[in-house]
Amino acid sequence: MQQTLYDKLWERHVVRQEADGTALIYIDRHLVHEVTSPQAFEGLKLAGRKPWRVSSIVATADHNTPTQHWDEGIKDPISRQQVETLDANIREVGALAYFPFKDARQGIVHVVGPENGAILPGMTVVCGDSHTSTHGAFACMAHGIGTSEVEHVLATQCLIQKKSKSMLILVEGGLGKGVTAKDVALAVIGKIGTAGGTGYALEFAGSAIRALSMEGRMTLCNMAIEAGARLGLVAADDVTIHYLKDRPFAPRGAAWDAAVAYWRTLHSDAGAAFDRTVAFNAAEILPQVTWGTSPETALPITATVPDPAKENDPVRREGMERALAYMGLNPDMAIQSIKIDKVFIGSCTNSRIEDLRQAAAVLKGRKKADTVKLALAVPGSGPVKRQAEAEGLDKIFVAAGFEWREPGCSMCLAMNADRLEAGERCASTSNRNFEGRQGPGGRTHLVSPAMAAAAAIAGHFADVREIL
Amino acid sequence: MEKFIKFEGLVAPLDRNNVDTDAIIPKQFLKSIQRSGFGPNAFDEWRYMDHGEPGMDHGKRPKNPNFVLNQERYQGASILLARSNFGCGSSREHAPWALADYGFKVILAESFADIFFNNSFKNGLLPIVLPKAELDALFGLVEYTPGFKLTVDLQAQLVARPDGYAIPFQVDPFRKECLLNGWDDIGLTLRHAEAIREFEERRQQTQPWLFA
Repeated sequence: MQQTLYDKLWERHVVRQEADGTALIYIDRHLVHEVTSPQAFEGLKLAGRKPWRVSSIVATADHNTPTQHWDEGIKDPISRQQVETLDANIREVGALAYFPFKDARQGIVHVVGPENGAILPGMTVVCGDSHTSTHGAFACMAHGIGTSEVEHVLATQCLIQKKSKSMLILVEGGLGKGVTAKDVALAVIGKIGTAGGTGYALEFAGSAIRALSMEGRMTLCNMAIEAGARLGLVAADDVTIHYLKDRPFAPRGAAWDAAVAYWRTLHSDAGAAFDRTVAFNAAEILPQVTWGTSPETALPITATVPDPAKENDPVRREGMERALAYMGLNPDMAIQSIKIDKVFIGSCTNSRIEDLRQAAAVLKGRKKADTVKLALAVPGSGPVKRQAEAEGLDKIFVAAGFEWREPGCSMCLAMNADRLEAGERCASTSNRNFEGRQGPGGRTHLVSPAMAAAAAIAGHFADVREIL
Repeated sequence: MEKFIKFEGLVAPLDRNNVDTDAIIPKQFLKSIQRSGFGPNAFDEWRYMDHGEPGMDHGKRPKNPNFVLNQERYQGASILLARSNFGCGSSREHAPWALADYGFKVILAESFADIFFNNSFKNGLLPIVLPKAELDALFGLVEYTPGFKLTVDLQAQLVARPDGYAIPFQVDPFRKECLLNGWDDIGLTLRHAEAIREFEERRQQTQPWLFA
């Protein structure tokens, strides 16, 4: 019988299954960061349990780490305590790899895992972080878990799960100039809604997806959670295999050949049945900007802010009115007329080398508008930062008036010092525009790195296609 | 974990879609390395007039009179009436920790985000999906009935209104057993340690590169 990629991955990880479909799923890779792990390590210790397989663990500190003045350490004492707690836990327990604060390979956990070859096709990957869906780009069953489940995986190497339904997101054709994986992700969420994927595993397929780099595929799968889906998937192909070759934890020699032979089976069979299919024409996807406080409020750059008066559902209408008030916007104003105060290029969604190249291509030879108070470029990891510097991208950012920072989660969720002040408006390449996400009272508009760069130059949202 | 069998409690309404985990517990409180003490900061940005930080005396902070949970009539509420896509956003288990610590035992909603839904069960917080029409009726009843209570019977899978009308709900049999008995997932899974070990050995033979 024809199987979907999700069927194959699921079937190969079932340790045992109950009659009601509840299954014990084996976990190959466990990514760990400082925010969601301390209570899990503590629980493990209190119960007198040992980790099942420490060689499955890859850990780094990212959420609380500052992005400047590393020589001064972490000033916030409770942030520092959380990072030190991770240090102590990993020292005690062990790991396949640990990239602590200030390490040359430290960075955002979802950037660090793949770039070290620690995420391999066919794996199950979990982390106490919802954006673990990122790793579906490698044909991995990858999703976020809570702290109780972090402890469960530490103790048993398994998770108790039920199989999700499957949804095929088919994107055929070529993406237009200036249109990126981020725009595809926002257009998909704009169409199916932030709960559209709830209960589903999404597979992204079609010629536009095959044409994406691994960086682009990671951006897309990263945002699967913003559509409510447990996970996102892209089939393994030459792009995947080429990306992994010679990465530090990728197999070598005969093991590489055996692995590649297996990886080539990691795609949905022709004719495999999905519970739902949603099709997009790549050529029709325009650069996107969100206007509200949910990622589903994505609109093309050419659009205007919607009018709640035209919404019939009272709960939705009130939600729109609340979002407009919070965001300080009026119905029917052009998206391009919205002025910004800050720009953030970074996060597990858009801080990889290709993202920085796309932003730098727009910024080269240009300067941010004077009205833009702060523009941050925060690479996703030490290696991304060094690669960007080797290509001279840092100089382009700095010449354009950006600050070039050390790696970390930074202003995506503002757990460190990088944040918006109340009322400030930001063009952000991150993944969530919730109230207060980037700082209390802060107003976030989600965009691609190229669109963030375009907004930085114009001082308001602008159509990057007219700049490139 | 504490057993959950049958429960009667005061209902409070939160009439909005897409209540996200950043709203349920803002990130500055995620720096704690404890599992408890998040209740005073549940819905912090909506609940207080000032900006909250860890270590403050939250009892002395000015409360937002317009936030529904601050109304006198909803003090002591243990059942939260919500709308669709409740708990969307991050995987932070601090969200169910905060809600449980606040005093909630049950959340009624049209739909829940997946990770939040999972996390709730691990903390004795029962998320129940109800049809929109039933929720609409409940929102009306709560508004016009001071002291409105519901009885949630997990064994019978019923949410009973004071007028005797009972709404059936679905719950996964495995999760139901765990809640009814107060079972610890890890202990349950470790009963299958032998099966896990065998699976792992087979995997190591067929895909040795995963164990390098």
